[in-house]
Amino acid sequence: MHDAPSAKELIEAVKAFIDKTAAPQLTGHAAFHARVASNALATVLRELEIRPQAEADEKARLESLLGKTADSVTALNRDLCEAIRSGAVNLSTSGLLAHLKSTTIAQLSVDQPGYSGLKTATR
Amino acid sequence: MGTGSEIEKPLAAWAAAHFGAGARLEALKRLSGGASQETWAFDVVSADGPQPLILRRAPGGAAAARSSEAVSLATEAALLGATSTSGVRVPAVLHVSPPGSDIGEAFVMRRVAGETLGRKILRDDEYKVARTRLTRDCGEALARIHAVPVAGLPDLPRSLGEDQIAKYEAIYRGFDMPRPVLELAFAWLKANAPAPAAPVLVHGDFRLGNLIVDEGGLGAVLDWELAHIGDPREDIAWLCVNSWRFGHSEKRVGGFGDLPELLDAYHAAGGAKFAPADIDWWEILGSLKWGVMCMIMYSAYKTGADPSVERAAIGRRVSENEIDLINLFEGLGRHA
Repeated sequence: MHDAPSAKELIEAVKAFIDKTAAPQLTGHAAFHARVASNALATVLRELEIRPQAEADEKARLESLLGKTADSVTALNRDLCEAIRSGAVNLSTSGLLAHLKSTTIAQLSVDQPGYSGLKTATR
Repeated sequence: MGTGSEIEKPLAAWAAAHFGAGARLEALKRLSGGASQETWAFDVVSADGPQPLILRRAPGGAAAARSSEAVSLATEAALLGATSTSGVRVPAVLHVSPPGSDIGEAFVMRRVAGETLGRKILRDDEYKVARTRLTRDCGEALARIHAVPVAGLPDLPRSLGEDQIAKYEAIYRGFDMPRPVLELAFAWLKANAPAPAAPVLVHGDFRLGNLIVDEGGLGAVLDWELAHIGDPREDIAWLCVNSWRFGHSEKRVGGFGDLPELLDAYHAAGGAKFAPADIDWWEILGSLKWGVMCMIMYSAYKTGADPSVERAAIGRRVSENEIDLINLFEGLGRHA
């Protein structure tokens, strides 16, 4: 498959169209939604950059925490949730909070990199 | 939606009956915000001069769209009366309009001058003095709300900590989107629940955004639709939830104050004596609730009920609450 333009380039082009051409011509609710749309595309751009490595790291940590391997991060997270719900894993389980913190920092770096709580966590 | 023309005539008729035949209705304007009801600003100009007023009205004049836990507009009006009697600064209610009337299900209250936008209150020079007084003002207001005699109030939902955990956990499980941080919060809250306090009137959404702040401090407490009978620590903690600090995380109380000062003012005004550590469990519950609420708003996109970008994007705010929860877990014991 070709990647010229790449997914990243296409999203950047659409984002630039919203920011420079469409949004300045809009008012009221439509202008607000254009800003939200532009921010959503910025999230996608950060995700393209950050997710592959972050998710590989998350998977490795989950496998070590749960002592098993699996095909997907989703399946491992489901297992972790069940272990927390059953009480087998809790706040004092070694490595749990550190894992959740690393995962959430990566998630927020995609979702809301300017959020105040992220600064508190990485201070 | 409710248009200005639909309510202008009946509102003008009410103004003439209330303020005298010469009273004129001016500057009727629908205010933004508040999906569960309409809020209109207007002035009545009479022999006594202009009266700035607010109309709170069920959408289209008929109740239906309020969420199951929201109290009725008539109850909200009654709460404004009861809390005013107990010394809470609230807008005075001038008229309650029943369902089926010309105005529709609604009430009219005085429009209190001041600012509600959290970012402005925390940043603008105009509120510099207010910011130094707001912590004590909020402590006193909360103590007075929690001291309102429950016997004299209209029927209110009863919702203690364990009820809220059960409710939000059922919603979270219904989504089948497992998130380990939220899972940990549910498990931890259940394993560490404090002894319940004596139930009191709880405002339910006491935070910047729902408070009118003027240059001198707290002007009025608004938005009583989530009022219920519950635990006083819920209100104190909700004001501390990081989502309502608008970026000023270092100030635990709403981005403007320190918790010991709030708790001192609360106790001095007749409230129970709480320590900052007593608030931790409730702040964790508050962040968890807001995280699940973001999931609820996103689900409106996922199910097709609301196809807007905004509803889709709000699903990417759940992680804000997750980091707040992690920061709270790391801080446990620090306040002991």
